[in-house]
Amino acid sequence: MKEHKQKMSGAEIFFECLHKEKVEYIFGYPGGSVLKLYEKLYDVDFLEHILTRHEQGATHAAEGYAKATGKVGVVLVTSGPGATNTVTGIADAYMDSIPIVVFTGQVPTRLIGNDAFQEADIMGITRPITKHNFLVRDVKELAETIRKAFFIASTGRPGPVLVDLPKDVINSMCEFEYPEKVDLRGYKPTFMGHQNQIKKAAEMLKKAKRPLLYVGGGVIMSGGTRELALLAKENNLPVTMTLQGLGAFPGTDDLSLGMLGMHGTYWANQAVNSCDLLIALGARFDDRVTGKVESFSTKSYKIHVDVDPTAIDKNVLVDLPIVGDVKHVLAELASEMDEHPDLSEWWKQIEKWKKECPFDLDPNDGMLRTQFVIEKISEKTKGHAVVVSDVGQHQMWIAQHYKFVHPRSHLTSGGLGTMGFSVPASIGAAFGVKDRPIISISGDGGFQMNIQELITAVANKLPIKFIVINNSFLGMVRQWQELFHAEKYSFTDLSKSNPDFRKVAEAFGLAAFSVEHPKEVDSVLDEAFAINDRPVFIEFKVVKEDMVFPMVPAGASIGEMMTKRLNPKTMV
Amino acid sequence: MKHTISVLVENRFGAFNRVATMFSGRGFNIHSISIGETEEPEISRMTLVTSGDDQIIEQVVKQLNRLIDTIKVIDLTGQPRIERELALITVFYQKGTRTELTNICDIFRGNIVDINNRTLTLEITGPPDKIDAVINVVSQYGIKEIARSGTVALKRGEQSKIQPIRLGRTTTKEKEKV
Ligand SMILES: Cc1ncc(C[n+]2csc(CCOP(=O)(O)OP(=O)(O)O)c2C)c(N)n1
Repeated sequence: MKEHKQKMSGAEIFFECLHKEKVEYIFGYPGGSVLKLYEKLYDVDFLEHILTRHEQGATHAAEGYAKATGKVGVVLVTSGPGATNTVTGIADAYMDSIPIVVFTGQVPTRLIGNDAFQEADIMGITRPITKHNFLVRDVKELAETIRKAFFIASTGRPGPVLVDLPKDVINSMCEFEYPEKVDLRGYKPTFMGHQNQIKKAAEMLKKAKRPLLYVGGGVIMSGGTRELALLAKENNLPVTMTLQGLGAFPGTDDLSLGMLGMHGTYWANQAVNSCDLLIALGARFDDRVTGKVESFSTKSYKIHVDVDPTAIDKNVLVDLPIVGDVKHVLAELASEMDEHPDLSEWWKQIEKWKKECPFDLDPNDGMLRTQFVIEKISEKTKGHAVVVSDVGQHQMWIAQHYKFVHPRSHLTSGGLGTMGFSVPASIGAAFGVKDRPIISISGDGGFQMNIQELITAVANKLPIKFIVINNSFLGMVRQWQELFHAEKYSFTDLSKSNPDFRKVAEAFGLAAFSVEHPKEVDSVLDEAFAINDRPVFIEFKVVKEDMVFPMVPAGASIGEMMTKRLNPKTMV
Repeated sequence: MKHTISVLVENRFGAFNRVATMFSGRGFNIHSISIGETEEPEISRMTLVTSGDDQIIEQVVKQLNRLIDTIKVIDLTGQPRIERELALITVFYQKGTRTELTNICDIFRGNIVDINNRTLTLEITGPPDKIDAVINVVSQYGIKEIARSGTVALKRGEQSKIQPIRLGRTTTKEKEKV
């Protein structure tokens, strides 16, 4: 006899599904087409809804939460403008492979396509920027679709999934059953790396004279940082990391060469160019890493480990591809290494490069510089904080000078380069991580792009340290204008139009500080870090026209780094 | 080099669109695209004709595979296959040229499917290069309109049979591992 289950509304089913998926937080914003969901939400006690002040903020918050915890971030917004406001965050999550599920309200099915009030074809809009998206046309498909959405977002190479929920679907009734398994015949991520390929890789590594591990965000996503440390330490291998890979291996370790690429260290880029074996791990040979592809690491035999087959041979042709979960492949590879390469010559060379061109030293001229601020924060937190950067010069200085020691600690918009990421993403991170300091660092430009989310942090008493590096310029663009665009500082000077950030922060209800002199940095950081019952704001008024070096100009080969010291103009 | 790629996709809302979006978004060439039902009602077959060097074609195949609605991707290029396209070609005729056109049509085993006092319409089926040849020949008479279906193709022999039920099971098993 068929058991008859009680019928439930789409809205009830929705929350039951989130419960089954162990969702702790939804970042969202209500509106007409999701009212039924918000009505139900009023009585839900197994998860918390966080009201952001903009749907873009909700999406970045979900990203921040996902990136800091490894769990799926969840967003709920209304149709039309609510949905379109999530687009930047979705594109960001797509580029940086962050698992989020975005639920958008939609007009009732019978009105779809009619240019109804607050209708937007969010399926069409987000098709190229989601791992997958679903329109739920019948309440009977709702539970299964949600199950699939979470599964797709979190497995293989993670990414954003959007689920469009027409109003009538949410309102209709059906029996609830949560499928135990998902059946997606077109989706089967490869997990185990090919055994023979791994054996071959080990043979190459044993013979290598100048090997280099090139580590991307995939190592962190797969949870393979311990396996990486084992492989690197047992074999004395130099490790360089991408922007997203920072934290995969401790920056304080002698084996770490820091970041490679456009603003990477001189010695990491030299090592890339001179190595005879390059092992790419969960990295994608992005153009900010390779520079001019034709002259990228031409002397090396290349091994590429990635869970996404499309990442392989996309930008750079490799000799030995291994498709599989990086953690698993790393473990296998480490266990195959029964003899270790002798790398003393190689390390001597690397040490020489390190001395040849170290990072710019502080000129000690009494002026406040970003590098100094970042180093102080790194010292103060001993590298244990979750640092959420925005986009621009400060982002690169963080990558160069903050010594990350844990995975999931460096949250930044790398692929899309989204200004306005830091403030909301740090809020998401603060919900996910409660036992370590959360530090949001933005430029004065990017800070204004999602400044409204400060109130979300205040309302939830999140002990985030919001830091603004105020150089009164859209610094990174200014740098390019100075170097490559005839010093035409077109629309990058904010010195006359920036608000008084300290006052703004105070008005939002934050404890607020502003620092102008290097001498004040320590004491203000101490004072600010002592406040842990609410968010704190610190503005650092730094030198206006500093530049990030070293730098590989776009399209140049990474052997041709500009290593000019501090901009002479600010030295006088 | 041109490649003919056969793609089995879920017969679902947006599946076709996803493929088209992926091609335009990644800047891949697309010469023709055709889609229709298969022996399984939930599965559609798309036949794509694209071009590019080996690295690009490898990416095309991988990116197609990466789409969640894609069940199977087969690059038919270089494999024994049957490839057909249908074209309707409307040509102007004069008194003397009508029989010439009828003869050409016969040579290519086509049909005349419409005629009025100025034009006639040829229906030609065959591999795309045959269609090109017909168009080439009749162009001297003046072509009014052409409609081409795009290529459809199948692998020769029994390999082109799909077994969706088994496929489905393997998938679930793979997933348990993940
Ligand atoms: C949404 C968005 N718009 C524009 C840009 C282009 N852009 C990249 S860096 C940058 C300047 C950022 O200035 P600021 O936030 O002050 O940081 P700084 O570079 O000074 O550290 C701009 C405008 C971007 N990355 N994102």
